[in-house]
This record gives sequence, structure tokens and C-alpha cells, in this order.
Amino acid sequence: MSHLLEVQNLTAAFAQEQGASISVDHVSFYVDQGEVVCLVGESGCGKSVTSLSLMGLLGKGGAVIDGSVFFEGKDLLRMPQAELDRIRGNELTMIFQDPLTSLNPVFTVGNQITESIRAHTGLSKKEAKERALGLLSQVGMPDAKETMKKYPHTLSGGMRQRIMIAIALSCNPRLLIADEPTTALDVTIQAQIMELLKKLRQDRNMSMILITHDIGLVANMADRVLVMYAGQIIEDAPADRLFAQPKHPYTRALLNTVPTIRDRDRRKLQAISGIVPERYDKITGCRFADRCPYRTDACSAPQKLYALSAGHTVRCAAAANSPA
Amino acid sequence: MKKDTLSEKKKHKPARHPADESYLRLVFRRFVHHRLAAVSLIVLGVIVSAALLAPIIAPYDPQDIAGPFAQPPSGSFWLGTDQIGRDMLSRLLYATRISLLVGVMATAISTAIGVLLGLIAGYFGGAADMIIMRFTDMVMSFPYILLVLVAAAIFRPGLVSIILILGFVDWPGIARLVRGNVLGLRETNFVKGSLVAGMPLRHILFSEILPNTVAPILVYATSVLALSILDEAALSFLGQGVQPPTASLGNMLNGAQSLTVLTTQPWLWLPPGLIIICIVIAINFIGDALRDALDPNGGK
Repeated sequence: MSHLLEVQNLTAAFAQEQGASISVDHVSFYVDQGEVVCLVGESGCGKSVTSLSLMGLLGKGGAVIDGSVFFEGKDLLRMPQAELDRIRGNELTMIFQDPLTSLNPVFTVGNQITESIRAHTGLSKKEAKERALGLLSQVGMPDAKETMKKYPHTLSGGMRQRIMIAIALSCNPRLLIADEPTTALDVTIQAQIMELLKKLRQDRNMSMILITHDIGLVANMADRVLVMYAGQIIEDAPADRLFAQPKHPYTRALLNTVPTIRDRDRRKLQAISGIVPERYDKITGCRFADRCPYRTDACSAPQKLYALSAGHTVRCAAAANSPA
Repeated sequence: MKKDTLSEKKKHKPARHPADESYLRLVFRRFVHHRLAAVSLIVLGVIVSAALLAPIIAPYDPQDIAGPFAQPPSGSFWLGTDQIGRDMLSRLLYATRISLLVGVMATAISTAIGVLLGLIAGYFGGAADMIIMRFTDMVMSFPYILLVLVAAAIFRPGLVSIILILGFVDWPGIARLVRGNVLGLRETNFVKGSLVAGMPLRHILFSEILPNTVAPILVYATSVLALSILDEAALSFLGQGVQPPTASLGNMLNGAQSLTVLTTQPWLWLPPGLIIICIVIAINFIGDALRDALDPNGGK
């Protein structure tokens, strides 16, 4: 069966004074219909660059230099602009990290939603307005009619993110990329937004790529998890399995940083020492080696992805060879 | 007493919660807060309506010789007559009309050019930006009045050519302003969002980015308007602008080049001079107040 989205060897680089720096290095993964795939990792390891590359939004100085992104069998990176414009928005859409700047401040909420609906469906103004009202109540806005007339600056962050989701849903996308959708929101709102996304996913059988550094969210939402470190995918596993049997030392360390309610005072929270190296594309061996407690001489050789059991791969020779 | 509380209640009703206040109403409230600007708006309003109504309220035809020449103000000629006996008040009304027309049209042209070039340069960047901005720098670094004089000498002086000339030299400031704003706006999430939503380029440029930069453009345009009116006056004063017998504020001042007029016939140059000063000062105050009123972060 072919996948809804299949990313192969995606490599993106940014131009810098000392030459191009590769920030996403041969990333490959897939998303199936109705599946939620989480992309996790520290800040600066290429999660957002990956998602922006998928959408063709890298902007100045950045470029995809290798790889392909197949959406329903068609390569997004090599299609004419007009076709890309049709797919973006209609079938593939994205919500951003910061809902405070995601709405145009000079137009009312209603204006922006209906605009988006009309651009994709050709409905009349009145029909679009009705649909917008429907969407707003679907995303849990209490007083949809009043909200339509409001300007973004009068709404809270959580409400604005709901509106962003409503806009993203305005054209029944098949895949939603959510780039840290709740990072800018406080915890209670965060939970509401995630519940909303979960529900929408069930109702619409929509696929989702959720980018986050919040392990708790991952456990709550994900079907499969991709752990990224320094531009590479270092572990790829179904969510249950990843939490039960994390293989890569980085994944283990990442899971150890999460406090649990049973901790009490028996366990000290583990921090991962050091930071993501800056020019990680220059490292030849394992990119995590510097911070890895289990490091051996073999780690200075380039690491490939080892396949373990069904659907679980890891980029660490030592972890792949050791028994569970 | 009872009546008082009732009217009080009535007064309170329109002042709803600030969040419900429409943007225009908010801007208006902040604008009126500037007393000087409010007065300027009234002064300008009076001048503009007098100019617009000139055909109705002018006592004589501005081109007609209506009475004895060089008469000081009197009952039948409120502002006196000029050297060939035309009524000064009528000429002044028509002249204001012409000067405002030149100012508004030149501002419209330069704003349109500046906005378009600024949008293109800011949004596309790269080579387009380079070429447009170097061209802008070139136009800006030219000795301005000289350029206008040369252009006026090449094209036949007259109403249309002065509008075009001023329109084509006043845009660089606006282009730079717009470009700067677009550079920032291009990186915002809502612009990226509309890209993601597959919106066409035309929509992104004109419906997402442009409305966000209207306020500074408007403020800048007011100063361009004031400048254009002054430039027209200067050019016409030098004989390179609006040509007689059509009256403009500038060529009415032309008469003051002679020393006798300057010293003995002040009614020939004082009124047009005052009108120019009033218009320019009023526009500048209004521009200042607009800047404060439109500023989204301004004090509430």
C-alpha cells in the first residue's frame, strides 16, 4: 500500500558565511491515512526545518538540496507552482507555533476564515459565512457569531489557535502539520487544544504530523514517533514500543527528563548534559557521541539506521546489537 | 435630576467595551484627542469646500476683467483686483482649487508608484530589490528642484505636466517605507499561513501585506501632499508651473516679484501666501495626529 506522505532522503541546507550548513540530513519517513506521527527532539535539531521543507516554505537562504516528498504519489518538490498551490491548503495544511502572529491583525476573524473558505471552494459569501460559523463551533469557540466580528488582538492565545485550526480545517485537509501548536499556550489550554486535535482526527480520519518537544504530548497523541537529533532521525518506532523499549541512548535520555507522578523524591530529574552541537553536519561519527554516557571507540564511525523488529529502527550500532 | 441620569445613561451606551469598538472609531477618538489636528481638519475642510464650491461662490469669473486695475480691497471686490482688473477673491478660490488638485493628483501618482515598487522590492528581494532600490537611491540623490526645473523645461509647462513631474519625483520615500515594512511582514506567520493555504500571489501582496502597511503610507502621503503643494507654488512662482491665465497659488505670488507690488499692494500676495501656509501647516498637523492615531501600539 502506498503511503499518504512519503519523505525520502530529504536534505535541507542553509547558506552561511562558511558555506552551506546542512540542517536536515537525509530524513526519510512516511505518514499513512489517519495516522499521527510525532517528530520529537530538542530545539535546533531540525524539526521545524523538516516541516517547512515539506511545505516548500524554507524562505531566504534555505533550500532543499536532495530528496523527494511524495504526497499521494506526486512529488511536492518538483511540481509546478500552480499545482502546489492547489495541494497546499486543499489537502495539506499547517498550523504554526505562535498563534499570536498567525492571524492578520487588520482583518476580523470572520473575514479571514471566509476568505480562506472561498479561496478553496468557490462558495458564495453567505454560504462561506455559514460554513465558517460551523467550523468555529466545531473547534469549540463558545460564541461563534460574536467571534466572527472580532479582531485577532482581542482574543486570547488559545482562542487564536482554535481559529487557526478552524482556518486550517476550512478545506478538509488530508494531512495537517502542526508545528509545536501548543508551545506558546499555557498548560490547561494546551490540553484543550490537543483534545480538539485528537477529536478532529477521529472525526475526519485526518493524518497529522505533530512536531513537539513535549514527551507528554507524544505519549498522548502519537501512533508513531520519530526522534530527531542534529538533523538526523535517530530512532523511529511505534509509540508504545518507543516508550516501553527506547533503544537509542538519546531517546532514553529524553524519556528520563520527564517527571512522572510516581517519582516523589526518589528520583532526581535527569538532564542531558551539553547542547546540540552547532555545526553538526561536520561531525563524521555518531552526532550524539559527545553527550553519550555509553560512548565507545566505534562511535566515531558514521552510524546508519539499523532495523530492529517490525517498524523500529535506530541509528546506533551498540543499541542495535545489545539484547533488549 | 432624573432627566440628567437618563441622558447620562444614553451617553454611556455608545462607549462600549474597548474590544468591541471598531478600529475606525478608535482611530477617530484618538485623532480628535489632538486639538491642533482637529482644528487643522476644520480649517482644511473650510478651504477645501470653498475651493470645491468656487464656481458657485466666486463673485466673478476669475479670467474676466471685472473692474479697475490694482484696486485695494473694497465692498465690491473683497480682496481687491490685480494689475489687469481681475477679482482677487475669485482668482484665489480657483487658484486654491488648482493647487489642491495638483497636490492630490501628484500624491496619488507618487503613492501608487512607491507602493508598487516597494511591494515588489520587499517581497521578492534579490535582484528585483537591488535594481529597484538603486534606482530609488538615484532618484533620491538627484538635486530635486533642479530635476523638476529641467523636466518642466523639456515638457511644455502646464497643469498636466506639473502633476506628472511632481508625481514622478516624490515616490522614493514611499517606496523605501513600504519596502521596509514588507520585509518584516513577509516573515510573519499570517503571510506564511496564506502561502500554506495556497493563496495566489496577488492576494498575498495586496490583501495580506498591503493593508498592514496602509497606516504609515497614509501618514507619509500627507507630508508628500504638503510638499507637492509647496513645490507647485515654487515652480509656478518661477514661471515653470501652472501657466497664466489659469490661476494657481504659486503664480498668483508671481506678481510679488516686483518691488512695487511687494511694498505697496499687499492684497495681491498676502492672501495666496497665507492660504499656502494654512494648507501646509494644517496637513502637517493632521499627518502628525494620524500617525499617533493609527499606531496600533499607541496609548489607549
